[in-house]
Amino acid sequence: MSAPDTLMKTELLMQEPQPAPTGEKSPPKAEVQDLSFYYGDFRALKGISMPVHERQVTALIGPSGCGKSTFLRCFNRMHDLYPGNRYEGRIVLHPDNTDLLARAVDPIEVRMRIGMVFQKPNPFPKSIFENVAYGLRVRGETSRRRIEDKVEQALEDAALLEEVKDRIHKPAYNLSGGQQQRLCIARALATDPELLLFDEPTSALDPIATTLIEELIHDLKQRVTILIVTHNMQQAARVSDFTAYMYLGEMIEFGVTDELFIKPKKKQTEDYITGRFG
Amino acid sequence: MHLLKRQIAARKRYDVLFTVVGVIALMIGILTFAALFADMAIKGLPRLDLDFFTHFPSRRPGQAGILSAWVGSTLVMIVTAVFAVPLGVAAGVYLEEYARKNWVTDLIEINITNLAGVPSIVYGLLALGLFVYQFGFGQSILSAGLTLALLILPIVIVATREAIRSIPQAIREGSYACGATQWQTVRYHILPYSSAGILTGVIIGMARAIGETAPIITIGALTFIAFLPPAPVQAAPPFLSFEWLFSPFTVMPIQMFNWTSRPEAAFQVNAAAAGFVLVCMTLAMNGAAIWLRYRLRRNIKW
Repeated sequence: MSAPDTLMKTELLMQEPQPAPTGEKSPPKAEVQDLSFYYGDFRALKGISMPVHERQVTALIGPSGCGKSTFLRCFNRMHDLYPGNRYEGRIVLHPDNTDLLARAVDPIEVRMRIGMVFQKPNPFPKSIFENVAYGLRVRGETSRRRIEDKVEQALEDAALLEEVKDRIHKPAYNLSGGQQQRLCIARALATDPELLLFDEPTSALDPIATTLIEELIHDLKQRVTILIVTHNMQQAARVSDFTAYMYLGEMIEFGVTDELFIKPKKKQTEDYITGRFG
Repeated sequence: MHLLKRQIAARKRYDVLFTVVGVIALMIGILTFAALFADMAIKGLPRLDLDFFTHFPSRRPGQAGILSAWVGSTLVMIVTAVFAVPLGVAAGVYLEEYARKNWVTDLIEINITNLAGVPSIVYGLLALGLFVYQFGFGQSILSAGLTLALLILPIVIVATREAIRSIPQAIREGSYACGATQWQTVRYHILPYSSAGILTGVIIGMARAIGETAPIITIGALTFIAFLPPAPVQAAPPFLSFEWLFSPFTVMPIQMFNWTSRPEAAFQVNAAAAGFVLVCMTLAMNGAAIWLRYRLRRNIKW
């Protein structure tokens, strides 16, 4: 079956998104409990505790080197790929209360439940289709039909389908930077993650591509919990419901974004967001 | 003003000087090879006809051919590739992707690099003791193929590692972030993206192996052989035969060596013709390596 043909059907099948719970009433999707992280002997994160609310966008802000990316990469055990790294504390994922950092929990299982989008778009040097289908293939999905449906749905959800439907089997590297990043989002979405991690997803993009990604994040929170690292405070203010300010590996302040930006409780946070520091 | 121009001209003289030195250095290398190759071609070309490729060696120079030599070289190369490629690639992948970086892997790495520099006669002696006598493979195509496989194994391992190292870490992280296992990452990303570099290394290694003489003589290749190994395909079941692996054989460089050591001038012509064929085989392999690298890299960008 030709690609455009199947596309139409998927569009018809699209469901109306459920309205997300708003404000602090939303239950936590994950809870970070006294998390410390060590690169060898260096303690990069110092006893962080915070909730990540379900179907809300939580932003992590702070100056360079404050540990926000390190923190984000704890959620999908990315640090396990390199020797000498060590976690302390817990990250509990609801509803099943799994401790993501427990030794008994396989990092592969964690990464199957939690998707990630990186700072620099990193599409695989394969076709657009194969990029998005990858997560399904590693899970052992063999039905062509189901893979095609999922890929189209994911591209649609990542607001990329319209632009690529005629060249879905062409190499992904021909896409622009912004399109590549949306492809990476589609790749993460294709396997229905419970939590989606964004590590400064727009820092390599131009302002127009950035706006598209920000709109996308706003739409996506209807169905998936989002944790985003950003060095751009305006971006945090625009896209997030909750914000955490980090400095030197410590969580200085966590709160509802509007409150944190308008009247921060801590002097340090105020200095940072008003630009007196950092 | 005048002074400045003179000063620049004086400094630029060294540019001219170095250009001249560089061109001379380059020409010494290229012209030497070109002269040798041309000499061989001029002497050997009149002998190059179909008969030369389809005849066995003979006492009469005019009837002698390289049939047993090129068939022998081809079969030995097949055995070499069959053993060296899987072993070398697996070892390279293991060292780059699986092994923890500690002093043991450092030691292995240094030793592999050193192995690439061991004189080939040493491999020949090792193979004589191990393959020919200990394993009882005899003076066969199998022994020769295994010997040359050992010889090029370090080249294949090093090429594999270099190719794998050029894959950005972001690709690996992207794969793992999708929930892939280590093997899936190797299977779907590491091997396909490094295949161009690996193939190039393999072919360069094979091009070296095809010209090797010393280890093959050591393990006892014949210098005069007037029959072919048994055919690998048979008319009767089980159709495939591996008897050829244990057959005596000769290879191109040995045939050449044999002819050059004869007193009759006509055999020198044969040697030149065989040498021309051998150089063409090597150049063709290197050409194939360049072409394959270009083809396979065309679709891989990051």
